[in-house]
Amino acid sequence: MADSDTYPLDRRDVAQALLEGRDGLVVVAGLGACAWDITAVGDHDLNFPLWGAMGGAASIGLGIALAQPDRRVLVLTGDGEMLMGLGSLATIALQKPENLAVVVLDNERYGETGMQQTHTAFGVDLPAAAAAVGILVTGTVRDQGELDTALPVIRETPGPVFYSIKVKAEELAFVLPSNDGVVLKERMRKAMLGGTG
Amino acid sequence: MSDWSEGVFETLISTGVRQAAYVPDMGLKKLIDLCIAHDAMTTIALTTEEEGMGVLGGAWMGGDRGVLLMQSSGVGNCINMLSLTQSCKFPLLMIVTMRGQYKEFNSWQMPMGQNAQEILKLAGVTARMIDEMDAVAPAVADAAEEVFAENACIAVMVHQKLMPVKTFGK
Repeated sequence: MADSDTYPLDRRDVAQALLEGRDGLVVVAGLGACAWDITAVGDHDLNFPLWGAMGGAASIGLGIALAQPDRRVLVLTGDGEMLMGLGSLATIALQKPENLAVVVLDNERYGETGMQQTHTAFGVDLPAAAAAVGILVTGTVRDQGELDTALPVIRETPGPVFYSIKVKAEELAFVLPSNDGVVLKERMRKAMLGGTG
Repeated sequence: MSDWSEGVFETLISTGVRQAAYVPDMGLKKLIDLCIAHDAMTTIALTTEEEGMGVLGGAWMGGDRGVLLMQSSGVGNCINMLSLTQSCKFPLLMIVTMRGQYKEFNSWQMPMGQNAQEILKLAGVTARMIDEMDAVAPAVADAAEEVFAENACIAVMVHQKLMPVKTFGK
């Protein structure tokens, strides 16, 4: 099996591409590298970067998507985070939110704890699992060409959508968002609900 | 024996709760069925209770009030994810039906049932045990008001004596 050290896609470039021209897109980022990635692209009131709650990112995205059916919601998380909350994909499949996309930046490692290999390094296929529980649109991206094809699906296709984007295992500079959960919550709520927040 | 489910359901609707996330319990059967049958309520079957903290936190950011329906056996599943609720001060309304408490036929329910209230308190949840039928709906009404006005985290725990007794047919 290929070593993820040699994968061609860079996670920060992928995050940049996913968030390009984001408009009203809501972004929930799983703890660790994905939270730093979306912050590196640019902090935003509609960003909800997690500092904990491992396994919870997709569930948070589901709650937002159900409450705001006219707004696209992107959950961007890591393979370790997704593995800890795999059951939430089954919960999402039952609700079938058309406006929800869950994207795993899959470097096959636990990046915050010493780059230990995750289950995906040994062949666990997250999109196949997502498809098996009933997520309607799924796919795997391994290079720039596949990413170019996947981007409009992730941003616009009626879902729920689940993608694994294989990215290079690398340790990048920390770009840290606020870790004040109340601030992150209140700004998101205000950005979505306006004065009623 | 009269039932508390309808009163609780009417309370949830009148306080604006629109997402009901649940892991089932026999004691919650009627309440869950009422939620599923009502057009205004989005009912979300979870695979584990901890998903509820995420779903209902997201719901709140999107403008929806929610409730988590679960049995006491699921309290242990919630602990780490309650750090999300605490760190962000998300409002969280929980209705927890008790096992391992009264006429419990399954001894494996005892360890979590006996400790569920204390464990919730240790995790930062205000946990109120209700053991009178007529007090359940008012307790939920009071909790809902406090939860959504103050970003509080409150579990209304329904005593097992207010639930059907499971006997495994013996």
